[in-house]
Amino acid sequence: MSLLERETDGVIMTPDNIRTKKLPLVAELGVAVVALVVAAALVLGTGIGNWVLVVFLGIVFYLVGLFVAASRVEGKRSAKNKIWRTMIYAACLLAILPLASVVWTLVSKGAARLDGDFFGSSMNNIGARDANGGAYHAIIGTLEQVGIATLLAVPLGVLGAIYLVEYGRGKFALTVRFFVDVMTGIPSIVAGLFVLAFWVLIVSPWFNDGTPRFSGFAASLALTVLMLPTIVRSTEEMLRLVPGPLREGAYALGVPQWKTILKVVLPTALPGIVTGVMLAVARAAGETAPVLLVAGGAAAINMDPFAGNQSSLSLFVYQQAGDASRYAPDRAWTAALTLVALVLILTIAAKLLARRNRLS
Amino acid sequence: MAKRIEASNVSSYYGSFKAIDSISMTVEPKTITALIGPSGCGKSTFLRSINRMHEVLPNARIEGRLTIDDQNIYDPDVDVTAVRRMIGMVFQRPNPFPTMSIYENAVAGLKLNGVKKKSLLDDAAEKSLRSANLWDEVKDRLNRPGAGLSGGQQQRLCIARTIAVQPQVVLMDEPCSALDPISTLAIEDLMFKLKDQFTIIIVTHNMQQAARVSDKTGFFSIDKTGEPGRLIEYADTQKIFSNPTEKKTEDYITGRFG
Repeated sequence: MSLLERETDGVIMTPDNIRTKKLPLVAELGVAVVALVVAAALVLGTGIGNWVLVVFLGIVFYLVGLFVAASRVEGKRSAKNKIWRTMIYAACLLAILPLASVVWTLVSKGAARLDGDFFGSSMNNIGARDANGGAYHAIIGTLEQVGIATLLAVPLGVLGAIYLVEYGRGKFALTVRFFVDVMTGIPSIVAGLFVLAFWVLIVSPWFNDGTPRFSGFAASLALTVLMLPTIVRSTEEMLRLVPGPLREGAYALGVPQWKTILKVVLPTALPGIVTGVMLAVARAAGETAPVLLVAGGAAAINMDPFAGNQSSLSLFVYQQAGDASRYAPDRAWTAALTLVALVLILTIAAKLLARRNRLS
Repeated sequence: MAKRIEASNVSSYYGSFKAIDSISMTVEPKTITALIGPSGCGKSTFLRSINRMHEVLPNARIEGRLTIDDQNIYDPDVDVTAVRRMIGMVFQRPNPFPTMSIYENAVAGLKLNGVKKKSLLDDAAEKSLRSANLWDEVKDRLNRPGAGLSGGQQQRLCIARTIAVQPQVVLMDEPCSALDPISTLAIEDLMFKLKDQFTIIIVTHNMQQAARVSDKTGFFSIDKTGEPGRLIEYADTQKIFSNPTEKKTEDYITGRFG
């Protein structure tokens, strides 16, 4: 018996007929409406839940109804296809939901303090009863700390990945890759503690007449530790995706290996590398614990990342959210919104830059 | 310009696996030599040994002597890069650099080796694209990406790229296997044209192609899988295809084997 004959009788295809009936869109919408109404009546009528349960049950009823209707009209195989498609769309929506919710919450609650004062002043001399005060010092801190960390981590990470992909052979490369993997799992607080013990307590006294000193740079070091493995691993994956024949093509032209890597391999992998770097930047910008441990946090503006306490946006959010002042929560929300916007702008800018180098 | 290539007792290994066993052959300058034989018989491996592309793969090594005009390219003091500048290679699948335009692809070898003068590059681009029979098709869109061309055009672009660096020898590893008959014909025409300047060695699965383009033909074969490939017969193409000495060659040519 042929494949076609296995379909439901009378509905559709036989070996001589490849046409099939289609469930009209109106019918699908009708099923959806009926499912929602039934769910609403059931849930609200008996009082066992609220609209969330209505939507959930509605989707379940819709799937069942759709399957029955589609089986009748189009046959089982086609009905299964419809069900899976609907479930995939539903899962997709479900995945986007938290993101949309976060953005909406940030925008609606963060808009209250979105004013010049917030971006133009620090928290210096702002008491619990003062409604103003801003995150200028925290924005400076985040930009400087993440900027320095990026400057340190990107060259190291990309070069490390190049070593692993293009040069690394044998035990040493395996060991390096293993420890990079281990580093990926380091909790940020541990990175902070490491820098506290090593840089703040041992190294910084050399530059400060024997007294340990917090600094934004120490925070940068901790963020570098966190960014490095992400950058190495993502760059490594991207470099491995560059086809071997491209390298061979360059070698066959008598191009030395280093130049092949620089001019052929890296440009080909660039957009992917940039994506990985931006993921690392986003992670670093959101870190609170290491900044608190080694930069200490500050209420006043400190432009110098190499001396004295600094704050950062995420630390600012943490401190304001826990502050007793009734004005603090608004500041925290706006700072959170600023942080997300900052990372978003950086990511978009980086992607545009990486794309402009490519041919259209 | 073109150089003579002489292989004596060349064996090549991937790790402990011996891929080809003592190949000896001499390729005269300004000729086209075809290497034919069933899959896995070591033709490509041998070809890749000639410009030391073989050793790009980990654990690959070679024994024997391979000389180009009496210089052994496997001598320890030989610079691999110099060998590859002298012996260019065209691969089975067209591999234009995806981040570069047609123009940049054509002069990639010069540019990446430090030639900066615009006039020099322009001349080289036009000359090599003309030699590769591609100029007329692309002259109005030199700044478009090389990867946007059709397969046959891409392969001719790769040939242009190879001859732009003025090698002495051009190796071609099944350059037409991914192409349609018209593009194949274009590339075969091209080979005849290039023969005036270069020594060409081509690996092909297409026996008609070998018969059409080559002056001499080498037939490679293996006894069974896992055994190293051997050069069974190497003679004038005319002789190989009309009156081969070896029974195996005759069987392969006439389609009774492989």
